[in-house]
Amino acid sequence: MNDILSSLQGVNTKLIQYYSIAFSIGFLVFIVELVRRRRIREEYSIIWIVFGLVFLFFSIFRGALNFLAYNLGIAYVPMALMLILVMGIFLILVQYSIVITKLTEDNKNIIQENAIVNNEIEALKRDIEILKSKGNKNNLENNA
Amino acid sequence: MNKILIIVPAYNEEANIKQTISALSAIDNDVDILVVNDGSTDATSHIVSALPNVNLINLKINLGIGGAVQTGFKYAKKYNYDIAIQFDGDGQHNANEIEKLLHALTEYKADMVIGSRFINKQGFQSTLSRRVGIFVFELLNAAISGQRVSDNTSGFRAYSKRAIEYLAVSYPQDYPEPELVIIMAKKGFRIIEVPVIMNKREGGKSSINGLKSIYYMIKVILSILITSMRKF
Repeated sequence: MNDILSSLQGVNTKLIQYYSIAFSIGFLVFIVELVRRRRIREEYSIIWIVFGLVFLFFSIFRGALNFLAYNLGIAYVPMALMLILVMGIFLILVQYSIVITKLTEDNKNIIQENAIVNNEIEALKRDIEILKSKGNKNNLENNA
Repeated sequence: MNKILIIVPAYNEEANIKQTISALSAIDNDVDILVVNDGSTDATSHIVSALPNVNLINLKINLGIGGAVQTGFKYAKKYNYDIAIQFDGDGQHNANEIEKLLHALTEYKADMVIGSRFINKQGFQSTLSRRVGIFVFELLNAAISGQRVSDNTSGFRAYSKRAIEYLAVSYPQDYPEPELVIIMAKKGFRIIEVPVIMNKREGGKSSINGLKSIYYMIKVILSILITSMRKF
């Protein structure tokens, strides 16, 4: 146990900062690239970009995270990061519910409209058949 | 002369639909019948398409009762109907009572007439647990709208042209009946109830059973409460 603790004391905590910065930048590039390729619409990318930037900010300015944790009464600083992460995921999920609701409503309207139009087409088809058979009859009578 | 449309929502009603339609065809009033087949997986569509004097709309995907009935309102609006009647496809409602609803609609200049099985307490009165649920809706709706409706879950209703035009655009989904009463009341539509006799369903099965009935109560109560917070 003591061995592990003593070895941890020698950990270079700068390392995680570099990784965080690299990850945040990579993530932002990834999102922007998805938008550029039209795999994500601009309006749905905003929330991801904002959280990417928030992470980048805290990766660069570690003091800001300490400041935030101190003022929120969080004793263990990385928990402040977790809190931001969880909040971000919550917001994104809520946004999904909004989008799904809109899609459901649009979908319903399209299904209804499609059914009414199909009904109209069927009625027109029947009318055409009737007209055709009348036309045939007239032709037969004229020929006779 | 009022143009009247009877909207019959039907989901897997092969056991009842033929009888329902023949009862509707036999009434004296000059009405058009529209069956909205809500993506049935049985022979409902096939049976209806073979019947004379019935218009059939096939929803390719099951939308639930709200979406199916709203399709009827959209159709009614498109073809300029003056009155729409919602009539279940499962044999619960009596076609010869349509006249009563129509009379009330014109006589009292109402926008929505609800056929209630609990005014005269005649006919099939549903099970005890359902009656308790319906009573909860009655109290809740009365508290919110100030209007006592005894049968908020009834799907036997008549609507005015004004109501048709509104409902074609906006109709609640997923167990819509109790919520709709609040919406109509808040929109300032005139609602009245008339006593009707309902039958126990003859075939098929109800869509609300077991765990679903708990979900049903929670969903409807939530919808009613949220609707009461909306501005209309």
